[in-house]
Amino acid sequence: MFRRAPLLSALSITTIAFSLFVVGLFGLVAVNLQRSLEQVAERVEVVAYVLPGTPIEASTLALGDIAAFPEVASAEYVTEEQALKRAREELEEFRDLFQELERNPLPASIEVRLKPEFRDARHVRDVADRLRGFYFVDDVRYGRDWVERLDRLRRIAGAVSLMVGAAFAAVAIIIIGTTIRMAVLQRSREIAIMRLVGATDAFIRRPFLLQGALKGLCGGLLAVGLSYLAHLAVTRLLFAGTFFAPLQAVAIVAFGTAIGFAGSAVSVGRHLRRV
Amino acid sequence: MIRLANVFKAYPKGDLALKDVTLQVAKGEFVFLTGHSGAGKSTILKLVYAEERPTSGEVKVSGVNVTQLRPRDVPLLRRRLGIVFQDFRLLEDRTAEENVAFALEVTGARESAIPARVMRVLSQVGLAAKAHAYPRELSGGEQQRVTIARALVNEPTVLLADEPTGNLDERASRGVFQLLRDINASGTAVVMATHNLELVRQTSYRVVELQHGAMVYDSAVDEAGRAESGTDA
Repeated sequence: MFRRAPLLSALSITTIAFSLFVVGLFGLVAVNLQRSLEQVAERVEVVAYVLPGTPIEASTLALGDIAAFPEVASAEYVTEEQALKRAREELEEFRDLFQELERNPLPASIEVRLKPEFRDARHVRDVADRLRGFYFVDDVRYGRDWVERLDRLRRIAGAVSLMVGAAFAAVAIIIIGTTIRMAVLQRSREIAIMRLVGATDAFIRRPFLLQGALKGLCGGLLAVGLSYLAHLAVTRLLFAGTFFAPLQAVAIVAFGTAIGFAGSAVSVGRHLRRV
Repeated sequence: MIRLANVFKAYPKGDLALKDVTLQVAKGEFVFLTGHSGAGKSTILKLVYAEERPTSGEVKVSGVNVTQLRPRDVPLLRRRLGIVFQDFRLLEDRTAEENVAFALEVTGARESAIPARVMRVLSQVGLAAKAHAYPRELSGGEQQRVTIARALVNEPTVLLADEPTGNLDERASRGVFQLLRDINASGTAVVMATHNLELVRQTSYRVVELQHGAMVYDSAVDEAGRAESGTDA
């Protein structure tokens, strides 16, 4: 089949490759956006300030319980001295002020980091509420507005990704379907002759399905290759982006193969019913 | 072999293509279907190879009721028939040899047996030397010979030829017609639709004439009638 119509085959593979490349480019944007948001989310932290005068043993004892919360990745006790030291290092403008202090005004605290899947407003609030339940906890801070904004941003990014991704995928399906259909129509004479000499529908269908799947596979591989080149270019010129995980790359190729196969099945089926 | 009984055929938008046609073709017989364009010659052939279904009546081929044939059994019927067209219907991107082999491949024939069978029929039609030529490199007569070879390769019991000489000059027509006669002489029934009356007159084969979808003349019936009246006298 490829031997008999090399130009048309090359053309359909290129068309499939470019339509999947567009999907791939969008996928790269989505992957990098998601990764950036994850990086921001890594900073989600709940800090429980300990009442002055609480024995350190009480706090450290509770630390084990807190670390055992299902949402919690790590819990760390920060003593008053450590807090002051950190403040001196981080807030250089106020170094003199901190030097002159007679008494350390900073309380001890427990800093809690959450597991990635629990870094949203609801879980953060849950954990904060439970921390407030400890008798030695004076106050709990977690940048509520910030976490909620991050949550909203993630939701919007997810919805937009889904919609735009679906639109791009739909366009790819239409373009690939049309390309495959053209290949079938181009061979309609051959199909008619095959039927006249006694070929069964299954016999006629088989090479088309194989060809469709193969074109989709080649197009998908090319699209992943092109996406990788685009990723290299962006990394060199703009910023260090992330490329697809192997499974995501395989998904793009599988998507191409599936559309190629299904497109052929539909086109040939329709054609066989008509002639 | 072939039996049409009270066949009517109406196309969705047109007139009646066939009106009450009853026709039998015996094993090994050669029958001409004649008549003007649109008389119904091709429709009869299409009914036989199940390209069309009759509106009413019955079509049987080798005892198989084509009228009731399930779509998936149509290929099996066509493998037992050889079909030749005026416009050849060869695949342009395949050589003569590949075109003939194609008809075997679709039947799932053993691959190792294909080349020998293809060469045998190409020799039979006198084209062994041009086995590797593409249709565009062959004359009309030669292309029609490839089509006949393709029709013969599955060893059909009936050869259906729809205006096989329609696109050929006189010399090529004679050659193709002679080939069909040879095929018939070896035992294959031939049903040939034609409006080339020159060819029809050359032989004493049975002639069936159609007009506006109705059978108006059948030389077999006529001869039987004449024989009968001869006896009477």
